[in-house]
Amino acid sequence: MKTFCAWLLVFAVAAVVGAQDWNRAGLPDSAINAPKTKAAPAPKRDITGIWDAGGAGIAGPGHESAPWTDWAKQKAASYKPGNGPRAVYEADINDPLSTVCDPSGFPRLVMYETRPFQVVQTPNQVLILYMFEKRWRVIWTDGRALPNNPDPRWYGYSVGRWEDDSTFVVNTIGTDERTWLDNSGNPHSSELKVEERYHRVNHDLLELTVTLDDPKAYTRPWTPRNKMPLTLAPANFDMMEMICSPTEVMDFRKNISDRSNTVR
Amino acid sequence: MSRIGPFAAGIVVGEAARIIFFVVIVSAPVAAHHGTASFDTSKDLTLKGTVTDWIWANPHCFLKFDAMDETGTVRNWAVEVSNPTDMTKRGWARGSFKVGDVVTVNLQPVKNGAPIGRLRSVVLPDGSTLSAMGPAPAAAPPPQ
Amino acid sequence: MNRLVIVGAIVVMGTAAAVAQNLPWNNPGGAQGPAAAGSAPPGPAPTRDIGGIWDAGGAGIGARGMQTAPLTAWGETVGKTHHSGDGARMVPADQINDPLSVLADPGGFPRQLLFELRPFEVVQMPNKVLMLYMFEKRWRVIWTDGRQLPTNPDPRWYGYSVGHWEDDYTFVVNSNGTDERTWLDNAGNPHSDQLKVEERYHRVDRNTMELTVILDDPKAYTRPWTPRDKLKLALVPSSTDLMEMIPSASESAAVRSIYAAEAAAGKK
Repeated sequence: MKTFCAWLLVFAVAAVVGAQDWNRAGLPDSAINAPKTKAAPAPKRDITGIWDAGGAGIAGPGHESAPWTDWAKQKAASYKPGNGPRAVYEADINDPLSTVCDPSGFPRLVMYETRPFQVVQTPNQVLILYMFEKRWRVIWTDGRALPNNPDPRWYGYSVGRWEDDSTFVVNTIGTDERTWLDNSGNPHSSELKVEERYHRVNHDLLELTVTLDDPKAYTRPWTPRNKMPLTLAPANFDMMEMICSPTEVMDFRKNISDRSNTVR
Repeated sequence: MSRIGPFAAGIVVGEAARIIFFVVIVSAPVAAHHGTASFDTSKDLTLKGTVTDWIWANPHCFLKFDAMDETGTVRNWAVEVSNPTDMTKRGWARGSFKVGDVVTVNLQPVKNGAPIGRLRSVVLPDGSTLSAMGPAPAAAPPPQ
Repeated sequence: MNRLVIVGAIVVMGTAAAVAQNLPWNNPGGAQGPAAAGSAPPGPAPTRDIGGIWDAGGAGIGARGMQTAPLTAWGETVGKTHHSGDGARMVPADQINDPLSVLADPGGFPRQLLFELRPFEVVQMPNKVLMLYMFEKRWRVIWTDGRQLPTNPDPRWYGYSVGHWEDDYTFVVNSNGTDERTWLDNAGNPHSDQLKVEERYHRVDRNTMELTVILDDPKAYTRPWTPRDKLKLALVPSSTDLMEMIPSASESAAVRSIYAAEAAAGKK
């Protein structure tokens, strides 16, 4: 009887575990909001794992930026965002990400819809695998210099190093000017330099700070993400797929957004 | 401009585009890619109808259903919710609706009178309710 | 003589350091020709190890599509709606309706293995194997923690994958739950959501791996078939920074309008 009950328990647990195995959308809010003060200490030089910022990662209304230069004003004159202080009516949005499904690019990937991501460390790289768009990024840690005068890439060029045993610093250049910085239509130039600081506070908590330095577009550097907390997810967390498809976006526009043009 | 928290939604009001912000207490922001500019957030419309389509896609899932409304005719309504990731957290799924399901939908319609809106909540044929706004359920069911 | 040797050594070391500091960016891979000879010194295959950056060279591209098993009636009907840029269903450029090349929809899985298989990086972890593709810059996870594939899965563009070691040199991956909207390859061959994919990664020696892909889709094909049979992959240096290769909807739209303009001009 005991054996029978034990097997029943095993099957019951397996059934529950099985149901949870695939397509996780994120950690529950209780896990995100729980204080991590009793977690084990931070391992040294280790930011690996699957990290979830919860709702704070989404940043629908965008970020308050440093003042725009004249160049930025001209660049963003045609930007019609869906949210933030310059938001327009839905039918008029021309955000290349949400209305066309162009790549979100970097640094928008860490400024908007920053969903769970996995950090992997190899001997010469730190790799980040994002749930949003299912894209990956390589940060070279082999001492190479960033390229001079790089051909712009949607996701830029990144190198990284340990500043101390718990802080990994990444520097990125060579981003594509076509991408928006965030969901409120803040622009950037190809001269943008991005610094990310990943600070492992303890075993379960990572803080991300992002500093943008783009003298062509902004009068001074600014810090849109300031110690954004990220909670460690279990290693068996299978991320749901979250990929923009142009045909799905066109279908949505045809059915909803293009028809919601408003009486002015 | 005051600092905007992650859960704020914006409304553009009038020609001068004066901005009024209010903080919506939600656990997972809804419709993050755009604000509420097109919708009449003061209006609360409840319609009973028959599902004709359920699209589970980025950037928005949307439900289409035939319903008799205040025009006195049956129109095909299209109402949006957030993306599949956000909706999964609230217990929604690709299979939440079948064509032909009779549902009762509470929504915010768009301002121009078209049969389009933002879904607040929906009662399913089995009597259960799925919500798209407000706090997410404390423990959403596991994904399928 | 000694001084010359010392100076020579310093020059060589200095150069090596300079090279180390300025490792090249944007490597396009070996698509223009046969797969490069592997980068490591020759040696035997390590056991249970397919880690590294792998390149199939020109053989990975698959522009003409694959020879398939016979299509079922369902497969024929769907296949007829695919107007491809190459292969058996090829049409003029302005009539192509390939969701990947014309619209920049996700290429999906298994098309990722059958078309534009550019260099990809494999990373092994205790409970998963990760594959990072140059084409589309997408990643894939293959769970090795013993979980089962989902029954009745919600389709994903890139499916669901689990893997295990069949022996010390062969890693086998099984996938299901793929999205029917994707094409199998560049010839517009169709697949259903019932498709099951098996990949076999066979580590031949330190520098070489062979990839075999078997498709089993009884709804679309009358029998299983093998579009990739021991495709040779060469190991490239671990310092290789891969060029970015991402289809974008706006760029695809710009190309489409060029084709349309050409076609319209041609009709005048």
